[in-house]
Amino acid sequence: MPVQNISSTPQFKFNDSQTMTKKLLVVVVAILYILHQDIWFWRTARLSIPSLGIDWMPFGFMPIGLFYQACFSVAAAFVMWLLVKYAWPSHLEREVEQSPAKEDRTS
Amino acid sequence: MIPAIVVFIYLAVVLYIGIFAFRKAASKKQAEDYFLASRSLGPFVFLFSLFGTNMTAFAILGSSGHAFANGIVTFGLMASSSGLVIPLTIFLVGTRVWALGKKYGFMTPVQMFRDRWECNHIGTVIFVVQAVLLVPYVIIGIMGGGTTLNAVSGGWVPYWFGGAIVALVVMGYVFFGGMRGTAWVNTFQTLLFLLFGTIAIVVIGVGMGGFGNAAQAIANSPALAPLLTRERISPYYFFSYTFIPLSAIAFPHILIFCLTAEKMAHFKKTVIFYPLCILAIWLPCVFLGVMANRVADVPEIRAKQEARRVLATQGKTMTPEQRDELRDKAAGDDVILHLLKRYAPLWLAGLLGAGIMAAVMASDSQILALSTMFTEDVFAHYGGKARFGETVQVQTGRIFVVILTLFAYAVALRAPETIFELAIQYAFSGFAALSPLLIAALFWKGSTKWGALASTLWVAAAVVAVAVFQQVVPAPAPGPPIVYWSIGGSEIISRTPGGTAVWGFMPVVPMVIISALLMFVVSKLTRKPSQKTVSKYFDFLRA
Repeated sequence: MPVQNISSTPQFKFNDSQTMTKKLLVVVVAILYILHQDIWFWRTARLSIPSLGIDWMPFGFMPIGLFYQACFSVAAAFVMWLLVKYAWPSHLEREVEQSPAKEDRTS
Repeated sequence: MIPAIVVFIYLAVVLYIGIFAFRKAASKKQAEDYFLASRSLGPFVFLFSLFGTNMTAFAILGSSGHAFANGIVTFGLMASSSGLVIPLTIFLVGTRVWALGKKYGFMTPVQMFRDRWECNHIGTVIFVVQAVLLVPYVIIGIMGGGTTLNAVSGGWVPYWFGGAIVALVVMGYVFFGGMRGTAWVNTFQTLLFLLFGTIAIVVIGVGMGGFGNAAQAIANSPALAPLLTRERISPYYFFSYTFIPLSAIAFPHILIFCLTAEKMAHFKKTVIFYPLCILAIWLPCVFLGVMANRVADVPEIRAKQEARRVLATQGKTMTPEQRDELRDKAAGDDVILHLLKRYAPLWLAGLLGAGIMAAVMASDSQILALSTMFTEDVFAHYGGKARFGETVQVQTGRIFVVILTLFAYAVALRAPETIFELAIQYAFSGFAALSPLLIAALFWKGSTKWGALASTLWVAAAVVAVAVFQQVVPAPAPGPPIVYWSIGGSEIISRTPGGTAVWGFMPVVPMVIISALLMFVVSKLTRKPSQKTVSKYFDFLRA
């Protein structure tokens, strides 16, 4: 099978704005990971803030810890959308489409 | 009887899908078509079949059973953490492996490792470890099929016959349809489960007189109220569990599946919708598992609660064998089936039973992955393809599917299910600890084959060590763990009622960290692959 000349692979570089966006996304993912450890709802089934007169169980039957984690899943989907929108490795697909038929595995 | 007939019709449909996929195959003789569906799956099938591949019997029946005993913590432990980590690893690793596969023709992870690190037998070592960790899934899938058919039919279909039917159906559509058939069946199964899962929660909710009353009754019961919180689980344990979903991308069947997408853009929907699919499946299962504790008129569920109560109050005075027996009685893996039997009309119970069968039969992907790995990493690598040709390679793959399924069925008939449930727990940790291999191969130029070997051997040794430890030191009664080894008052290794703790964390945490450290340190000390190979990967992957 033909082996593509490695040096012919076009070079691709991210500009400063893209690099900053990627760093921000790393921070967002890290924050999301920390938010998963919701120790604040560890021992309660209801959202209770007596000083504000709040004593709430979502939908009347869902424990607050479960509701929080369900919302977390929705937030995870949103963060995945951000990653796809702003950090998608589209250069890989471009290069695959531009390259000839499968190359030899052996170096 | 009616539910069993519905399930049999479902199994016939699934088998037909596999045969239809065989007819649709672009070429029945090409390995890439049989094992990877010619890398041609569209976005819809790719999303639902990848998700369905991850949605095993353990995920569905196990999640409600775990929630029945432990409460709402199950969702945070197993579902929402997976909703973050799995799509993230698909985004970071899956897309890159797809691109490399498309460019260089890889069909298995080991092929990529052999090329990336210029190694031969080390790749074989990785293959063996992956294969040994994967086989229990195939066995437990057949066991789950036998158990579910037996339960859905009210005992009319014996376990051995149910297992045989499931084994034959799975073998049939994997044998004929290969990856295309498996992907189509998984898509069908996932949609079925999503649809009937939604109906199930409504029907059971209405049958129980509304979830509001049930939740309130649980909250008012001192014995059950902790199930609505997470106070029975340590935060260390909760944190540890976020390492487990790292296993998903390291599972060979998931990584191989990443190679089947026609375009990289197909990953986009999968990455975005994966957390929502997990939410849609797991939230009802976990919630129903918790609510099952309020069901007073199902004798089987009452018996489980009684076993749990006896274990908690008298467990300390019992022998390990008596405790194990009570744990088996208290296990809630079949609570959803009992709820269906109690609250769903017969025809609906059949459809829902079919949906559960769909989840139970997720072992198809593992069977196909093992066949792909054997024919590519062993048969083709050691000269079989060159000597006998590609047609024989595909035939070998099909024969392997038959032999593996028959082997799994034979083992499923003889061995106790708990052994394989435990093996799967070890396998999750093992594959999570193999994930540094992928990260290093794709993101670190300095990684070497010796680093990969050190990580792999560590994973194998650690999995065996945890298994032996848990076998030798029996699980204590519910309550504080038994400290097995401590230094200066600091607890190093403890035996907990549910497993093992290392500094309070699950074993997966040190396993992953040490695996990553070994990869780093040993790679630093050993010779790198040639500059040509490093450039081949990183000029392409750089980002």
